[in-house]
Amino acid sequence: MLLAAFWFFATLMILFAAGVVLFRDPVSCAMSLVMSFISLAALFVTLDATFIGIIQVLVYAGAVMVLFLFIIMLLDLREEKQRKLNFAATAGGILVVASFLSMLVRTVLSDPALSKPTPALLGNGVPDVKMIGMTLFHSFALPFEAVGALLLSATVGVVVLSRRSLR
Amino acid sequence: MPTLAHYLIASGILFSIGLAGVILRRSIIIIFMSLEMMLNAANLSLVAFSRHNLVSGHQNFDAQVLVFFIIAVAAAEVAVGLAIIVSLYRARQTTHVEDLDTLKF
Repeated sequence: MLLAAFWFFATLMILFAAGVVLFRDPVSCAMSLVMSFISLAALFVTLDATFIGIIQVLVYAGAVMVLFLFIIMLLDLREEKQRKLNFAATAGGILVVASFLSMLVRTVLSDPALSKPTPALLGNGVPDVKMIGMTLFHSFALPFEAVGALLLSATVGVVVLSRRSLR
Repeated sequence: MPTLAHYLIASGILFSIGLAGVILRRSIIIIFMSLEMMLNAANLSLVAFSRHNLVSGHQNFDAQVLVFFIIAVAAAEVAVGLAIIVSLYRARQTTHVEDLDTLKF
């Protein structure tokens, strides 16, 4: 059951991710990325990480992708014109990606420790939101504050960048 | 049950597609989307490791907190990056990377 869900959502995720690279229209790319992120959230749920899955849908598929679509429509980007592809660069890029992927798959498959069956969780009743909250505020309180400062400075930076005249 | 290797390979394929997008596409917005995809591939492998290396019978929640931080930092990065793209577009009227070669050697 879980295996079927894994195959379904992993295939969906990879197909839509390939769509981002292959489509020419920026809006289709963005919608394809939204679907890819939603399938990824489903994969998180099959890994018993419900909270991360929900955050993924809310923050990525919701906020971040709406921002992307907003910018695409604000700049009124059309389908990019078919330019002459630099053949050597394209072939080199595909070669780099293929060799990276083949090396990674070979490494993962050569380690028998990675193919062990999934260990069962102890005590099904522990909600992961509670445990993440405990970890976040006990062990990672300072990084949490730092992320707050980062978000504030990012907001200020965006306001400065969006002013009409940059001095 | 899917094993850790399944998730790692799925995450590797997602990362490779993102890398291919960064290398092959010429529109700066698509490159930025592909970067987000690569960050998400890293998140998937983190969550997979947290589920498969249990700490006293529970998932390793440190990894999930790290994913939470990555999502927060990525949100900040998207906001700043898109603001830079908008001001770049205002200055040059293009989002095509081959037209933006001032810093090119």
